Amino acid sequence: MSFAAIYIPDFPVEATVRAEPELCEQAVAVVEGTPPLVHVVAVNERAAQAGVDPGMTKLQAEERLAGGALRQRSAEREAAAHAALLDCACGFSPRVEDTAADTVVLDLAGLERIFGPPAKMARDMARCCSEMGLEANVAVASNADTAVLAARGFAGVTVIPEGKEAERLGELSVEVLCGTRAPACADSPTGEGACATPALEILDTLERWGVRNLRALAALPEVAVAERLGQDGLRLQKLARGATRRPLVIADPPLVFEEAVELEYPVDLLEPLAFVLNRMLEQLCARLAARALATNELTVTLELEPSAEDLVIGRSDDHPSRPTAGLPGTPGDRVIENPGQITRSPDHPITRCLRLPVPMVDPKVFLKLLQLDLQGHPPQAPVTKIRLRAEPAEPRRSQNGLFVPQAPEPERLELTMARIQRVVGSSGQRPVASGQENPQPTTGNQQRSSEARVGSSEIVDTHRADGFRMKPFTAAASVARVSDSGARAKDPGHTVTAFRVFRPPLPAVVTVREGRPVHIASPERPAMRGEVAWCAGPWRSSGEWWTEQPWSRQEWDVAVHNEEGVALYRIYCDDMNSKWFVQGTYD
Amino acid sequence: MSAASVSVSLEEVSRFVFQVSRGAAREHVMELPPVLPASRLEHPAPAMVSTGIEELDALTGGLPRGALSEICGPASSGRTSVLLALMASMTAQAEVCALVDATDSFDPKSAEAAGVDLRKLLWIRCSKNRVIGRSGDRVIENIGQLSSKLRVASCERNANRPSQITNRKSQMDSLEQALKATDLLLQGGGFGLVVVDLADVPAQAARRVPLTSWFRFRRAVENTRTVLVVMEQEPYAKTCASVVVKLSAVSCQLSAGLQASGSRLQEKHDPPHAQILSGLNVTAQILRSATQQKKPVHSAHAQWENKTAWVG
Repeated sequence: MSFAAIYIPDFPVEATVRAEPELCEQAVAVVEGTPPLVHVVAVNERAAQAGVDPGMTKLQAEERLAGGALRQRSAEREAAAHAALLDCACGFSPRVEDTAADTVVLDLAGLERIFGPPAKMARDMARCCSEMGLEANVAVASNADTAVLAARGFAGVTVIPEGKEAERLGELSVEVLCGTRAPACADSPTGEGACATPALEILDTLERWGVRNLRALAALPEVAVAERLGQDGLRLQKLARGATRRPLVIADPPLVFEEAVELEYPVDLLEPLAFVLNRMLEQLCARLAARALATNELTVTLELEPSAEDLVIGRSDDHPSRPTAGLPGTPGDRVIENPGQITRSPDHPITRCLRLPVPMVDPKVFLKLLQLDLQGHPPQAPVTKIRLRAEPAEPRRSQNGLFVPQAPEPERLELTMARIQRVVGSSGQRPVASGQENPQPTTGNQQRSSEARVGSSEIVDTHRADGFRMKPFTAAASVARVSDSGARAKDPGHTVTAFRVFRPPLPAVVTVREGRPVHIASPERPAMRGEVAWCAGPWRSSGEWWTEQPWSRQEWDVAVHNEEGVALYRIYCDDMNSKWFVQGTYD
Repeated sequence: MSAASVSVSLEEVSRFVFQVSRGAAREHVMELPPVLPASRLEHPAPAMVSTGIEELDALTGGLPRGALSEICGPASSGRTSVLLALMASMTAQAEVCALVDATDSFDPKSAEAAGVDLRKLLWIRCSKNRVIGRSGDRVIENIGQLSSKLRVASCERNANRPSQITNRKSQMDSLEQALKATDLLLQGGGFGLVVVDLADVPAQAARRVPLTSWFRFRRAVENTRTVLVVMEQEPYAKTCASVVVKLSAVSCQLSAGLQASGSRLQEKHDPPHAQILSGLNVTAQILRSATQQKKPVHSAHAQWENKTAWVG
């Protein structure tokens, strides 16, 4: 039985560097607190070498961090880093304990056949964490607490054979015991649940006694330790000997894949925005891949900077105004807001949702789709914060056959359709309204928002003319075996006369004599003018009288002479307004 | 083969190689065939697909894969019927098709009646004078000296700053959209059939499409299994098209048994409600075929009948 512990040293710094990889080569210090009580909480190795220590004030740190970076502690970044750590651990073992924000413990029982020997597993875990942007220490031992102590004390990958726990842990300082806590376990003499962290007084006492390392602590007589330090001291001694045995408290983290970044300064260009999105997408996809998942829905939320034109700053005692906290201005100024003209506020971020036809986990495809979407729907102000969320889904599994005809790859098809949508217009998900009987004349720029321009069509069960709806086109739905094809079997030798529709129907001026059209002219199509050489009809139809959009029409099939011969049209008279239209042509 | 005979063979081979290296066994060296120039190499015939119309297949041999074909003719000449028959044939074989509809004229009901599986047809509906964003790289326009940390006392606006979003806009007509969409489809690949419907695009506008565009389409579809078909009023692609078929309607079929052609289209004693359009008689003529090795034995024309959906 063996356990592995993954520990992230200087966790706040690692979380910051994970969000800003360009800082990995710099000295970084993370500060926390409200001014003026801002102090350093974590530093990386370079910052420590520069003389910056946790507990320093911000001013002290800035003096010593020449060329380094000072960042405010961010709970969101740490939450995302912790979620990434859990995802990495869950990719190796289904039994994972969420020990601390910077530590997880895995049960490796039964995994050797899948992942290999413990040393190899430990190296793979370290590499997995590194791919997620976290530099981790990984330790493998026969019990969970020893693994945790070894991960905290030794850098890199450590494997402690069974029986050698005390020997290996002996060289560690007693400070590694800080932050250890005993979760609920049967071995607890008091039978209580999770205990508090060990009192700092115990460590101070050990230091006064000259006990510097765990070997010295383990060598102390148990009775004396119990008398002087109590049960906490006894527990720490057992930890130092590597003799604790406890079951893991298995974590069941929710499957939430979310990344958030607060930008240092508002971004008003799509290119740097794409750079940030790319990084977030890579991290998100790495987390999904670690859990063997994909996603078919991406939601990006952009928080925008309030528009400058909504704020008017000036000295005025006559205008009703109120001070607004946080806004710059000379003392005594009042900010006057233009009532009702604030277009954006932090309470109303922009949200774009990308729904994919099949689950994918390719960050490049996601980035391109998001770029195309944002180019088509750009935000109206600089972006200050980005939040990206992916809905997990089972990855698609497909096996191509030897005799299956070619079909577009789903990822490439999605990109192609997104590009085409940008060219011809957005593809809405809502069903298109069937052809209206009272078409409003539209200019070239007007476009019904409910019409989708790219997709596949589906006939709607209605007698209304041009009754169809558009739906998203997917390669998966389109590829099918020949025997499963839903196409109606065509009668051999029977070719159907096709009909071409004018959208919207063309207004026409029709001369009727003795109840039949004898002349037709369309102002929009000068070529569609002439005597009606032949006509058939009228075919009367009506419907949906119970709705707000009833229709009633009389259709005629007419043949009109033109320069190239005879053209066949279908025209109709709208009974609602007694106007004539040309619906289409037979071709 | 015994070990002794194998060893003897090996000795003979090594002796032969020694002799060849000394130039003494030239008569035993195989002569390589002469090198042919590439222009004289025989190119394999392209794979052909059925149009779904037997008479047209007999005339053209089908439409070639990996090449550009044109179907041209005036209005009511049967072009769209040929197109639907082709799409029905392709979708029945589970191939994915794409239709670039420059004038948004496609009728799904008509297609379904012709046997087209609409689930396998990607329909791209170009719109008139589509307004698109071009300068998508800039989220907001440069607002000059104004910034979020405004400190000026006045509230004057920059007169050049747009009041709304942001991107510079441009108009793209439906023909440009169709060409651009076709380009993207061919680059994406994977489609068995790509149809570009320019039937209702004014001839003056379609003639202005540069030949380089057709050439680019032809190159994009070469060495693929995609059939690229352009439907139009007259041929525009010139030599870029491998097959050019011209259609014309000979006559239209009226009530059962009654045909009409030319000027004799109306029997005066038949009331209109007794008339019904039964179909079209279509004639096809090959204007160009780069795929056929031999000229067709029969006449270069083909005729067939189209029937309307309600005739059955």
